[in-house]
Amino acid sequence: MNSSFLARYGGQIATLTLEHLWLTAAAMLFASAIAVPAAIWLTRSPRWARPVIALANILQTIPSLAMFGFLLPLPWLGDRAARIAILALTAYALLPILRNTYAGIRGIDRSVFEVAHALGLTPSQRLFKVELPLAASFIFAGLRTATVTCIGIATIAAAVGAGGLGELIFRGVASVDNRLVLAGAIPAALLALAADATLGLFERWFRVPTPEGSQQ
Amino acid sequence: MSAGIEFRHVCFAAPDGRLLLDDISLALEKGSTTAILGRSGSGKTTLLRTVNRLIDPTSGEVHLQGENVRDLELIRLRRSIGYVIQEAGLFPHFTVERNVGIVLEAEGITSQQRLQRSHELLSAVGLEPATFAHRFPHQLSGGQRQRVSVARALAADPEVLLMDEPFGALDPLTRAEMHDMLRNLLASLSKTVLLVTHDLDEALFLARSIVLISEGKLMVHLPAAEFMRSGEPEVAAYIRAYHRGEDRSTLIASRQEGKR
Repeated sequence: MNSSFLARYGGQIATLTLEHLWLTAAAMLFASAIAVPAAIWLTRSPRWARPVIALANILQTIPSLAMFGFLLPLPWLGDRAARIAILALTAYALLPILRNTYAGIRGIDRSVFEVAHALGLTPSQRLFKVELPLAASFIFAGLRTATVTCIGIATIAAAVGAGGLGELIFRGVASVDNRLVLAGAIPAALLALAADATLGLFERWFRVPTPEGSQQ
Repeated sequence: MSAGIEFRHVCFAAPDGRLLLDDISLALEKGSTTAILGRSGSGKTTLLRTVNRLIDPTSGEVHLQGENVRDLELIRLRRSIGYVIQEAGLFPHFTVERNVGIVLEAEGITSQQRLQRSHELLSAVGLEPATFAHRFPHQLSGGQRQRVSVARALAADPEVLLMDEPFGALDPLTRAEMHDMLRNLLASLSKTVLLVTHDLDEALFLARSIVLISEGKLMVHLPAAEFMRSGEPEVAAYIRAYHRGEDRSTLIASRQEGKR
């Protein structure tokens, strides 16, 4: 990639990177707002856990291009491609967050739960002082998987005109210009690596130490 | 005078229909320690848990200082009872001082008062606050964890203390240290203590009265001083089982004596 290429496309790469980031961030926010409370509810009603997690699993298996296609004809949503992209990405992010939050809370030592009850913590104190902090490392692991997956899938959102770095890739493929493909692919990969590292940091920060050195 | 804790015809049936507690009636003297002895699965832990309502009896009533525990608000009831279990159950993500102050934190007591009380209690259970306050549970030995657990149980100055085999997982030397610490501590605080254990020595050392439970039934309730002299067959069997090692060592000693 020479300097004239960067001079010509640099501004566009920056804008599309920001757009990519925005699509992913919005989807992660929605997915967390849905999946974390849902997982907490599932820990209270474990008989629903299997069917609900299975449903999230099915969403995960829909091919992304098909998912964007399905959503295209829907009213209101179809008006703005970004809405479709965010909805589809949200659907993909649900499973990792849901599964990890559920497993994180269910994995807490039974004696800790019992003591939290016996000491007279209220349900909300139990949730915010004990369950969520002890499950936090798991929850961040789920967020990390979901974010990295979504940054990848978001490149396909360009197919429905939602923008993002996929636009450069699609244009590059269409015009058989590898420089354009790389101009989209490299920033997308760097975004994924950065998200992976940052959320991994949180994951380790919240890890609960035990005498055996194992997780909980 | 009302009893510290009173069980009235308490029965508890497991979901499969087995009767884990069979018509237990028992009044525990206020301000003193009572040990419940019994083999594993005899129902002693189940009985203890009916006091802070981790379990509700299938029938019968539990009264705390003259009030039916069912009539008390659950959170209030539990905060007024100290609770210590075998694995300590410390919150692994809290420092020692936060673990000790958690009930006060739940009550909305200011952090300065909480810290003061935590440090006071850590000293009382024999842990130097300057050294231990900022450690996490995984940085403590088993005995130290139990000390923190005892300090936490006392934080809100409860009238009643429930201890479920608190020292069962400790080695004999550490256990003996814990017994000394607890006896001194309890001597200065007049708490109604219910101590579940299968350790006869522990019961004799710490408790003023001893209850023996077998298969969910109350066998005897005797002052500790009379327990060893009781002619009850269940008590005798328990004592025999407990002192087998002692008998055997006497036997070996006498044999060696004979060889000389």
